[in-house]
Formats: sequence, structure tokens, C-alpha cells
Amino acid sequence: MGVEVRVEGLTKSFGRQAVWSDVTLTLPAGEISVLLGPSGTGKSVFLKTLVGLLEPDRGSVWVGDQDLPRLRERELYEVRKLFGVLFQDGALFGSMNIYDNVAFPLREHTRRPEREIRQIVTEKLDMVGLLGAEKKLPAEVSGGMRKRAGLARALVLNPQIVLFDEPDSGLDPVRTAYLNQLIIDLNQQTDATFLIVTHDINTARTVPDNIGLIYHGHLAMFGPREMLLSSEEPVVRQFLNAQRIGPIGMTEEKDADELAAERRSGQELPPLPPIPRQLRPSNGLPRRAERTPGQWCRENGVMPPIGSFV
Amino acid sequence: MKTIGEFVIFCLEALRGLFKRPFQGREFIQQAWFISSVSILPAALVSIPFGAVITLQLGSLVQQLGAQSFTGAASVLAVVREAGPIVTALVVAGAGGSAICADLGARKIREELDAMAVLGINIVQRLVVPRVLAGMVVAMLLNGVVSVVGVSGGYFFNVIMQGGTHGAYLASFQALGQLPDLISGEIKALVFGAIAALVACFMGINAKGGPKGVGDAVNQSVVITFMLLFAVNFVLTAIYFQVVPQKGA
Repeated sequence: MGVEVRVEGLTKSFGRQAVWSDVTLTLPAGEISVLLGPSGTGKSVFLKTLVGLLEPDRGSVWVGDQDLPRLRERELYEVRKLFGVLFQDGALFGSMNIYDNVAFPLREHTRRPEREIRQIVTEKLDMVGLLGAEKKLPAEVSGGMRKRAGLARALVLNPQIVLFDEPDSGLDPVRTAYLNQLIIDLNQQTDATFLIVTHDINTARTVPDNIGLIYHGHLAMFGPREMLLSSEEPVVRQFLNAQRIGPIGMTEEKDADELAAERRSGQELPPLPPIPRQLRPSNGLPRRAERTPGQWCRENGVMPPIGSFV
Repeated sequence: MKTIGEFVIFCLEALRGLFKRPFQGREFIQQAWFISSVSILPAALVSIPFGAVITLQLGSLVQQLGAQSFTGAASVLAVVREAGPIVTALVVAGAGGSAICADLGARKIREELDAMAVLGINIVQRLVVPRVLAGMVVAMLLNGVVSVVGVSGGYFFNVIMQGGTHGAYLASFQALGQLPDLISGEIKALVFGAIAALVACFMGINAKGGPKGVGDAVNQSVVITFMLLFAVNFVLTAIYFQVVPQKGA
């Protein structure tokens, strides 16, 4: 069963450079949330702050009744056992083979006999499609395989909160589709709270229950998937539909002149595309957090774009 | 100033980690073996000319003073008290410390250290303590090798090159030298080994900015270690002369 994570007024800077400020959001227990944002907006920094690897300037991260930035080191190590993190490149230990990497958390934190460890590791490796690659060193396998091994390691202690740092980066579209399905299936099986940091629009549109968007040092919006996919907010609309027209520029924010020139030239954002259906678990059984297609739109009187949820 | 403060806290953490269980015995042995394997040969090769240079320099000087029979004594003092620990520490820092720093730095930028921390593992206890202990033990043992090789080098050059008598060289060992010299040399080596490993680990786990950041960290760790070594050596030597009465004084 997942745990709710509440973030309140979180602010982070490196020296004089502010990364983001006053981020407040709640990752609902057992739900999948995606955090989006243009490159360099501090999404990975947010993820690392969430798990206590970086210290925020201000604000709180509540996991149950514990505020992570205020915890003593020993308490922090204990709380971290609730987390599983998939890092961008898998972050496998280079001196160990894939099997030992996945077995590492079990050997460190449990007293299970080696036979039982082998059974669990084999099960997790099978889940991510890496059976047969156990004896290979991380340097001998592809980036995608490293990432999947990292996922197996992150899941081996059955964490209640799983954080994914750009799970799709460096993967081909087919592998990304498999990984997205795997995320949905895992959520159904474990009921853990998931946060995925990405800038893959397709993942954001089809996988999560909730979407958040960090832009220009602030959380522009956070809420149910259908809320953001039907939002008329220019930043959200531009980003979720991968358009050039809108306030987001090549570097970060377009200035007033550029926006005025855009308006004068008559360029407008195209109409909202239909909202796709959310991915469903491959065994056909519903997830606990699953909502029926269009539920949020109906409950909030929002008319979804034509052709949605087909 | 902030970095100095962080380094002091890091050293205290490492000290605390020394007494925490479980002790990472396997990592300690691996690291000790690794540091030895990269240090023994360079240390021996450096100490031969080092001992020889001391003998050559002193040889001509003491000859002019008519005290050639004391060449052995002076050579032993110079090698055992000063040159031994310094050469050992330079080699441990240059060969072992730089490798430790590069290894931890690479792990840092590959997010391996973050992954370890997320898995609830204390990096200082797990990775730093065994490396610091290995640096200390290897430095202490290596100091013995350097001292023996250095004095042998001095002996060879004094007896073979300068025409000194081997009996006078060996007999004069006791004239100025004493057991506390060896003990102080070993203590120095222990402290220098600790400094080299601590600085290397600290710079490694704080590396940032990709592969270039690792290169910078390695460079800085060697430079900082060398500077610290000479400063600490001065302090330790001053203390030694205050605490231990000298022969013939």
C-alpha cells in the first residue's frame, strides 16, 4: 500500500541561482503522478530533494508524519527504505554484475537466505525482461538494459513510494511503450505511490493519474490528468501538445516582443487534441486509483475535446 | 570556509564511522591491496635515489667536517624521521589517493552514491571508512619499506661510491638515532595516510559537473593533500622535538 507524500512550500537554490520556489503538491497514495517541465527546470533536483539527497532552502516534504528535511541522518536512512528510485542511467554499481546489483538491497537490509534472494531477484529480473543477463556487468549491457536493471533493483524491497527519473530517456519508442505498460502493471500489483519525472509527452498523456508542470521556477499546475489535458492555460497547453507557439521559448521564457510578434503573425495554438484513454493493466483488472475515462471532466463540468477517450 | 567546515564534519563522521558496525572488512582488504599494489613499486623506486641523495649531500659535508663516520647516523635520521613518511605519503596520495578520488568521483557523477544513499546505506561508513583505514595501514607498512630501502640506498652510495666503511655506517646508526624516531616516523605515516585518503574521499564524493568535474577533483585532492602534508609534518615534527629528548642534546 502506497504512502501519501505532501510537499509544502518547497524552495531550492544553488548559491544565487534559484531552481524553483514555493512548490506545493500532494502525491496521492497509490496513484501515479508525472512531473513535466522543459529541460533544465530542476525536475531531477525536485526528485532528489523529495528523497532527501538534496536539502531544500525552505519547505517540507511530509511522508506520513515525518518531515524529511527536518529528520536526523539516522531517521532519514530509515525513511528512505520506503523509497525506490530509478535514476536516469540506472545508477548500477559498476563493480557488480546485474544479479548482484539487484540482490544488493536484499543482502544489505534483510537476513533472507541466498536461495530466497535468488528467487526474488529472478522474479524481478523476469518482470523487467532481463533473465539471462544476470552475469553481465553494467558496462557490458545497453543503456536500456541498465535502466531496466535499475528498475528491478529499485523494486526489490517492495517500496511504498517509487520515483522514476526520466525512465524513457535513451529508450526507443517500443521499449518506452513496454516500460510505460510495466509502470501501470507495477502500480496495480504493488499499489505504491509513483512519481515519474519526464519530458516525454506520450508518457505524460497516457500513463499517470495526475500531472504536474514545473515552469520558470514555479509549479505551473498540478492536478488530475484530464484537468491538465483539457486546460486552456497557455504554458500547460503549449507543453502538453509540444507546440512552438506559446510562452515557452528555446531558452526558457519568451520575452514580450517575441510574444507580440507571434500574435501579430496570427500564429495560434491549434485546438486541443482529444484526450487519450489512460493505459490499463495488461491483466485487465483495474488499479485501485483508476478513474473511469472522462470522470474528472464530468465531475467538474468540463467539456473534453471532441474525440476524447475513444 | 564552508568547504573547510564541511571537510571537518566529514572527518568527524569518518571517525564516528570507524566505531560503527558492521565493519566493511572485505572492502578494507580490497582497498588495502589496491593501494599497496599501486604504491609499493613507486615508493621503493623513489626511496632509493632519495636515500642516495641524502647520503651524497651529507657525505661531502660531513667529510669536510671530519665526521665521515657519522654519515650513517645522519642518513638514518633523515630517512626514518622525515623522508620515509613524506615519500610514503606522497606516493600514497599520488598513486592511491588519486585513484580513490577518481573512483568515488566517477561513482558520484554516475549517481551510484545517490543510489546507495537511497538504499539506506551510509556512504561514509560503507566506502570512506575502509578506504581511510586502508590508507593508514598501507602508509604505515610502506613507511617501513621506504625506510629500509632508503637507508640501504644510502649505505650503497656511502660505501660503494664515497668510499665509506660499512662498519662505521652501520655502527653510527645508534649514535643519534633512537627508537622514538622510528615510532614518530610510523605515527607520521599513519597520519599522512589518513589525510591522503580523507582528502581523496572528500573530493571524490563531492565531485560535480560530469567527467571534467572528476578530473578537477582528482587534481585538487592531490594538491590539497600535498599542502596539508607539509603543514602537518611541520607541526608533528615540532611536537616531536618538544616531547622526545634528543640524543646528545
